[in-house]
Amino acid sequence: MSHPGFVEHSIDGLSRALEHALFSEEMARRRGLLQAVDARAKLAGLLVLIIAAAIAHRLPVLGVLWMIGALLAVLSSIRPRDLALRLWLPVFAFAAIITLPAVFITPGRELFVVPWLHLAATDSGVRTALLLLARAEVTATFAVLLVLCTPWTRLLRALRWFRVPREAVVILGMTYRYIFLVLETAREMFLSRRSRMAGRMAGADGRRLAAASAGVLLQHTMELSHDVHLAMLARGFRGDVFLLDEPSMRISDGLFAAVLLAGAVTTWWMGR
Amino acid sequence: MTAPLFDLRDVGYHYGSQAALRDLSITVHAGERIVLLGANGSGKSTLLRVLDALYYPDAGSVRFCGRELTEELLLDDEFCFDFRRRVGLVFQNPDVQLFNPTVYEEIAFGPLQLRWPKEKIEESVARAMEFMQVEPLRSRPPYGLSGGEKKRVAIASVLVMDPEVLLLDEPTSALDPRSQSRIIDLIAAWKNSERTVITATHQLDIVEEIADRAHVLHEGRIVAGGAPREVLADLELLDRCNLVHRHRHSHDGVEHSHPHQHTHGSHEHKH
Repeated sequence: MSHPGFVEHSIDGLSRALEHALFSEEMARRRGLLQAVDARAKLAGLLVLIIAAAIAHRLPVLGVLWMIGALLAVLSSIRPRDLALRLWLPVFAFAAIITLPAVFITPGRELFVVPWLHLAATDSGVRTALLLLARAEVTATFAVLLVLCTPWTRLLRALRWFRVPREAVVILGMTYRYIFLVLETAREMFLSRRSRMAGRMAGADGRRLAAASAGVLLQHTMELSHDVHLAMLARGFRGDVFLLDEPSMRISDGLFAAVLLAGAVTTWWMGR
Repeated sequence: MTAPLFDLRDVGYHYGSQAALRDLSITVHAGERIVLLGANGSGKSTLLRVLDALYYPDAGSVRFCGRELTEELLLDDEFCFDFRRRVGLVFQNPDVQLFNPTVYEEIAFGPLQLRWPKEKIEESVARAMEFMQVEPLRSRPPYGLSGGEKKRVAIASVLVMDPEVLLLDEPTSALDPRSQSRIIDLIAAWKNSERTVITATHQLDIVEEIADRAHVLHEGRIVAGGAPREVLADLELLDRCNLVHRHRHSHDGVEHSHPHQHTHGSHEHKH
């Protein structure tokens, strides 16, 4: 069996990204703990946990916060396997690249030397890298839980409730709409390319195609995005987010936010 | 005497250095059904966007009920809400008009922006969905719909606000014959109603059914206007504006060509 070419890879990747975007919307409408909580309580509670993780200086504390995140995911009908594949592994790979230099450049007691490169890893370096890695995983987990378990319009409404400037909320709203346009347009571009291709594309040709496509795609989707904004204005959009069922904060929502706040304060105190 | 609904005087609009509309003047009265005929790139869509106060002309003026449409005027909440409720635009590409997570939210978007009461929104959305036969799609993400379904949802999302003025940009493009026929019947049914309908199209076979007046746009200018029958009879003009194609064939061994249009699905023509 021959290996798929550049165009096939691109189509598969774009299809997966579209599925991922739709998966988020579907997840927000499932039954679960976080889905049942008012968006404002969720936003406040998870935000303080993110802050607690960002300022924590002890690995066990970050471990506890990570477990809280995993527990919230399970209680919100999100399988840990999905989180691992869609979030933890990609964040690990990305953060590992970013934090790798810290292993060698942070002063401390030498642990081992990398053969050939003669780079010495230090205990402080490894600890710093692990801390950064753990912070990235934990904060990303809480942020993704917030987005996965909240319909986008409710999240935008919650941001406005917290007095986030209207312009910022409009940009976020447009970004969300832009994602679908970009992915769909890119996929169609590559499909049309495939329909006119015979045989496999050489590596250099693939790279040239990618560069050319990126420019055309950007221009095309910018135009589409402009039209989306016009279509929103045409129907009375003025930058505010309105919902058919205006959310009302219940006691349970307040309790949820309070519990997360208490958890954040406790971990902050323990993680100093 | 009441002011015309729209009064455009010497309107010009440019995309960068490229002129999309030039010295364009047109008056539209309430209750009229008008068709803007033009080939691709003739300026039809731009004109509809100018009428919907999405684009502001860089020359001339656009008046709505006697008031000049300017960016400053549209910043006024009271006027903006009133204008957006009264004037609805259906875009040519339904994808740009569908940006909500579900079909139901999509159709409710306009009324929500206009801050209608919840009961009124639910009632209007239900009516619009039933009318455009999109009720079974209510929980689906618009992204995943077929072209025809998207178009029907896009039209429903404008009809839900029951606008007095409907601006339709190629409303029957990308629709199957049955859906096309439904849209044409819908516009035809608005004859003698209070509703003003301005349709941009290059489909000549639907003009007589959906309009009482037709204007031909060519390179950003209105080059002809009048009763649809008269405009459609001027084949030389339509040929010059790329609205008909030249038909080549032979009679008794002599080849000749002439402008040719397909009206009401018929290929017949006089020689």
